[in-house]
Amino acid sequence: MNLKELYQEIILDHGKNPRNLKKPDNFNKDAKGHNPLCGDKVHVFLKIDENKKISDIAFEGSGCAISMASASIMTGLMKEKKESEVKELIIDFLEMIKKNTELHSKNLKENEKTKLMSLSGVKQYPMRVKCATLAWHTLTSAINNSQIEINSESID
Amino acid sequence: MNIDNIKKQFPIFNYKIKNNDLVYLDSANSSQKPQVVVDRIYNFYTKEFANVGRSVHYLAVAATNLYENTRLLVQKYINAKDPNEIVFTKGATEAINLVANTFGQKFLKEGDEILLTELEHHSNYVPWHYLRKIKGIKIKFAEINADGEITIESIEKNITLKTKMIAITHVSNVTGAILPIKEITKLAHKKNIPILIDGCQGAPHLKLDMQDIDCDFYAISCHKMYGPTGLGILYSKKKWLDILPPYQGGGGMIKEVKKEGIIFGDLPNKYEAGTMATAQVIAFGESIKFLNQIGIENIEKYEKKLIMYGEEVLRKNNSVELIGNPKNRGSVLAFTLDGIHAHDIATILDEDGVAIRAGHHCCQILHDKLGLPATARASLGVYNTKDDIDKLNMSINKCKKIFDR
Repeated sequence: MNLKELYQEIILDHGKNPRNLKKPDNFNKDAKGHNPLCGDKVHVFLKIDENKKISDIAFEGSGCAISMASASIMTGLMKEKKESEVKELIIDFLEMIKKNTELHSKNLKENEKTKLMSLSGVKQYPMRVKCATLAWHTLTSAINNSQIEINSESID
Repeated sequence: MNIDNIKKQFPIFNYKIKNNDLVYLDSANSSQKPQVVVDRIYNFYTKEFANVGRSVHYLAVAATNLYENTRLLVQKYINAKDPNEIVFTKGATEAINLVANTFGQKFLKEGDEILLTELEHHSNYVPWHYLRKIKGIKIKFAEINADGEITIESIEKNITLKTKMIAITHVSNVTGAILPIKEITKLAHKKNIPILIDGCQGAPHLKLDMQDIDCDFYAISCHKMYGPTGLGILYSKKKWLDILPPYQGGGGMIKEVKKEGIIFGDLPNKYEAGTMATAQVIAFGESIKFLNQIGIENIEKYEKKLIMYGEEVLRKNNSVELIGNPKNRGSVLAFTLDGIHAHDIATILDEDGVAIRAGHHCCQILHDKLGLPATARASLGVYNTKDDIDKLNMSINKCKKIFDR
C-alpha cells in the first residue's frame, strides 16, 4: 500500500466533488458526527419509507478528502437499500476498514464493492481510519434515531 | 554554529523513516533528543540509580546531588534569583495547573477575572476553566489583531478592577507571534496583577532572563527543549511559593506528620510530592549543557534567519496561505493549502519523510476565531536547515499535484 493507492482517482474524485452533498427537503431521520481533532463534520439525513427502505439519503459536512469521499461513496451506495441490508453493510465496511481484507456482504454489486474497497487504503494509516469511519458511525446513529452526536474521539 | 555537527548529535537522523531521510519539522510539538540526553538516562539507570532526597546511602546522596544540580543549571539558564524558584513538574501543563489550583484556592472568589489571550494552548485555558465552576470566576480573552499578534493595547483594554491574574503565552504555537511579555508584565504589575507566562514555545528558542522579564510565573516544557518527556518546570517568584498552599500532598513534601496535623516542607520540596521524574531531571541537565554549548543567543539568531527563509519560500508558493503575519515570529509556520485539508497534507508529506503537525494544535479557540477547522504546521529545531524548508516546499507542491490531477 502506498500513497497513490490511498489517494487514488476514485477517492480524489469523491473527495473534491462529493455526491449527495445537500440537505434534502424530506427526511425523517438524521444525525450529526464530529471529529474534534481535525474538525471533520458530517450531518447525515435519511428518508426511510414504510417498507423500511432508504428512499433518500444525503449529507452535509466538511473535512478531509478521505472523510468526504467516504460519506459520498456511502450515501451513493445506500440509496434504495433495505434498513437491514444497510446495517449489515455498515458492519461489513467497518470490519473491512479495520482488519478484514475483503467485504463479505452478498448484496453488493461488483462496482459497489470496488468503490468501497477504494477506501481500504486507510488501514495502513491508523491515524486516518477515523476520517473514513465518521460518516458510517453517524449513519448508524441516524438509523437508530439515537439522537446522539457521534464524536470520533469517543468511538473506534 | 555548525549545523552538520549539531545534527550529528541527534541519533534519530541516522535512521531512515519509511525509507526517507527524516525532515523533522514538528519540534513545537516535541523536539528530538541528542545522544548525551539519551545516554544520561541509560547511565543513570545502569550505574547510578537511587531515589533522591530520602536515604543516606552513597547512591542516594549522589543521585540527590545530580538532581539538585539540574535545578542549579536551570536557575542559571533562565537567570532566576534563587534555586528554590525552580519547581520540577510532570510537564508545562502541570506547572500551569499548579498555579491555577493553588492561586485559585487562596486568592480567587466569585466574579474575579482571569485574563488570557485567544492564542492560548488548551493547557493555559482548561486549568483556569475549572475555577469557573469551583469559584465562579470569569475568563476573558484578549483578542488577536489581523496579523495574529497580541498587542499591549488588547491586554490593557481587557484589564478591569476584578482582573486577578494575567496568563499568556510567550510565543503562539500557531501564528508564531512572539508576545511583548516584558512590557505586558510591566503593565500587569503597574495594576498590581500577577502574570503567568506559558513558555513552551519560548524557552527552547529564545534567551530567557526571569529577573529582567520580572514575570511571576513561567512554565517550561522540557521535552520541547531537547530533554526527556514527563518533565516540566515551573519558575515562580519565591514570594508566591512561600505563601501559596501545596499543590499535591505526599512523601517528600512534609516536615512533620502527626495525627493532629501536618507541617509542610520547605521549598522546593513543598511542591515536589512523591518520587519525582528523577532520571528525566538528571538527563535534562544534559539538555541545558547542550544548549549552553551552542549558546542560546546563537540558536535564536540561527532559527530567526531560518524561519524568515521559510516564510519567504512559502509566501512565494501561490497555493500556500500562511496563518498569521507577526512582525516578530518564533520558530513556527502554520499554513493552509488551496482547499486541501491539513490532514491530507500531513499524510502526503509524511510519505516523503517530512514530519509536520496537522490539526488545531490544541488551540480550538484560535481556530474558531480564524474560521478554520485545522491547519498544517511546520516548526523548527536547532537541527533544521534551509534544505529541510526546500524539501517541505517540494512536498507541498507534490501534494498540490496529487489533488489537481
